[in-house]
Formats: sequence, structure tokens, C-alpha cells
Amino acid sequence: MDNLIWIFISALLINNFTLSYFLGICPFLGVSGKLETAFRLGVANIFVMMITAACAYALNTWVLVYAPYLRLISFIIVIASSVQFVEMAIKKLSPELFKALGIFLPLITTNCAILGLALFSTNKGYGFLEGMVYALGAGGGVTLALILMAGIREETKLMDIPDVIQGTALNLIIAGILSMAFMGFAGLFSTY
Amino acid sequence: MENQNPNAEEFLKGLWKENPVFVAVLGMCPALAVSNTAINSLAMGLATSFVLLCSSILVASLKSIIPKQVRITTYIIIIATFVTVVDFALAAFSPAIHKELGAFIALIVVNCLILGRQEAFASKHSVGLSILDALGMGIGFTFAMLCIGIPREILGSGSIFNISLFGSNFEPWVVMILPPGGFFMLGFLLLGFNWFTKKKKARINYG
Repeated sequence: MDNLIWIFISALLINNFTLSYFLGICPFLGVSGKLETAFRLGVANIFVMMITAACAYALNTWVLVYAPYLRLISFIIVIASSVQFVEMAIKKLSPELFKALGIFLPLITTNCAILGLALFSTNKGYGFLEGMVYALGAGGGVTLALILMAGIREETKLMDIPDVIQGTALNLIIAGILSMAFMGFAGLFSTY
Repeated sequence: MENQNPNAEEFLKGLWKENPVFVAVLGMCPALAVSNTAINSLAMGLATSFVLLCSSILVASLKSIIPKQVRITTYIIIIATFVTVVDFALAAFSPAIHKELGAFIALIVVNCLILGRQEAFASKHSVGLSILDALGMGIGFTFAMLCIGIPREILGSGSIFNISLFGSNFEPWVVMILPPGGFFMLGFLLLGFNWFTKKKKARINYG
């Protein structure tokens, strides 16, 4: 149990996917303009990551033992198609939820954060439960980064910012400062 | 630029005018994640260029038989195949660099730069032009990686390609080789790029 909590906190704060592994930067810079959209994208991310963790575990246990060179190809195909299936199921079962998350699902299906999660949890040799907790933490971390970023960006809209730094340059520098703040969490890890 | 040879134009546009990192802002994840030393940047740039070149050749030559509905899936499978080749080749020839780059070699698959070139260029043009485009974009990407990696290594460890520059008195800016350094370096480079473009435009306007 102790171990699971550490996996969660480590993925959420210390090894935050967006701010310290640079995974999922494209949606992080692209969709973080508004707080509400950012939150929804984050939730969709958690959702896809949970599916990914389950798929990665299944592939690792039953398929990749026999054909390790298929790792990348099988991860991508299986993750993309299972997300598609779940998307169809949600559309049928809960149109409300689909309306809230639907447009983001294809956007993040083969995002680097998703594939990164599958690869990292394989490399670390996580079991099923550990993998799920890791996915929850990583998804939560991405959501946290998105929300923080969107909050700051909403504020910067009201400010008088020189022309040259507008756009991606400003966002990257904000991200750098956020990432520096998150480095402080590394102290939490000294006991582990 | 109208009187220039169109083939040269396809090659040159990737280097500066449509540079994948500075102008199109594609392929950011590897550009930030593994650019902490010059050697890693170079390895990542070359690996990405190789995958881009091979997949462009294959997509351009198969474009008439790939069904339109599943084209993206097909591109991804082609890219994933070449990334697996690079991954295994690097692990065999240079295990040290392979270990440094870790999972980021595998993550070349989801580099939007590569998929973007297949969809936007290789699937519509001949093999020859696609090779030129892929080479230009690959070199442009490698150039951008080095632009980020070299200053980060100089400031962060006081060396370049592992050769010490300043002697033992230099106090390294450790933050530059840590994750925030990547964000800062690319942010400031883009700032410089914007500034340069603006100045050039102003100069043209005032003639």
C-alpha cells in the first residue's frame, strides 16, 4: 500500500509528465488557453491513460514475451483501437459525457504522454494495480499542469506584454517557471 | 525567390523558412527532453532524420496503393517500423547513448513532425521531391536540436561535446540541464527568432 501511494505521488508531482518529462507538450501549449477546456482535456487524459495502462499490462503479459520487437507497433495499434471502442461505447451509454470529452479523445490517443506512460510502466516492470495507480497519478499530474498553465494564461491576457514575446515564447517561459517550482517537490523523494 | 530551382527550394525551406521547431513548433517533446547535452541532441536529430527520410521514401512510393480511409494508421505503422529499427540499431552500436535517450527514442513514433510531413508532403509528391523535403526537414530539426543543446550544455556543465571549456573555476548553471532549462532555452530562442523576423519585415517595409 505504501508503495502504491509513492508511485502515485511520484507520478503526480515529482516526475510530472508535462513539466519534467516534457510529454504531451503539444496539447499543453495548444489547449491551455481557457481554464474549462484545459480541465476537460485533463480529465480525458486521465481516462485514456487508465485504458492505456490496462492495455499495456495485457500486451506485456501475454504478447510481448514472445515477440519483443512488436512492442511499439502493438502498443500504438492496441491503444488507439481500444480508445476508439471505448469512445463508441460512451457515445451510446452516456451522450453527456461524450459531449464533454469527445473531441479530445482522438486528439490525445497517440499523444506522447500516452505512449510514454505505456513505455515507462513497462520499463519499470509494474504489475496491474501498480500500473493503474501510475496512470492515475500521471494523468492527474498532466491535469494539474494544464490547469495551472491555463490559469496563468488567462491572467496574462489582461496584461500589457511586448509583441515579440507573445505566443509560444511566452508560454514556454511560463512553463519553465512552473517546472522550476515543481522541482521543489523532488525533496519529497529523499526517503524513497 | 521565384527564379530559384524548385528542387533546391523544397530542400532549403526546412532549414530556415519552415524550420520544424522554430517556425512550425512541431516535435517539441524530444526537442526539450533530450537536448541537455550536445551529443544527445545530435543523436536525437540524426535518429529522427533517418526515420523521417525512410518513412517519406516508403510513403511516397506506396501512396497510390494506400487506401485513403486508413492512411494515417498506415503511416504510423510505417513510422513505428523504422523507429524500431533505429531503437535496436542504437542499442547495438552505441549502448551508452541509447541508455541516455531511453524511452525518447521510442517516442520518435509520436513526433508530430514526422507524421505531419507524411500527410502534408510525401503523400502528394514524387519520391525524389519527398527525399529532398525529408532531408531538409531532418537537417532543420537537427540544427534546431543543436541550437538548444549546445547552449544548454555550455551553460549547464561548462563543456561542449564533453570537452571542458572553462576549466575548474566555472560555476555551472545546473538549472540549464534540468527540465526548466529546456523550457527557458526554447522560449528565449523563439523570442529571438520572432524578434529577428520582425526586424527583417520592418526593414523590407521601409525599403
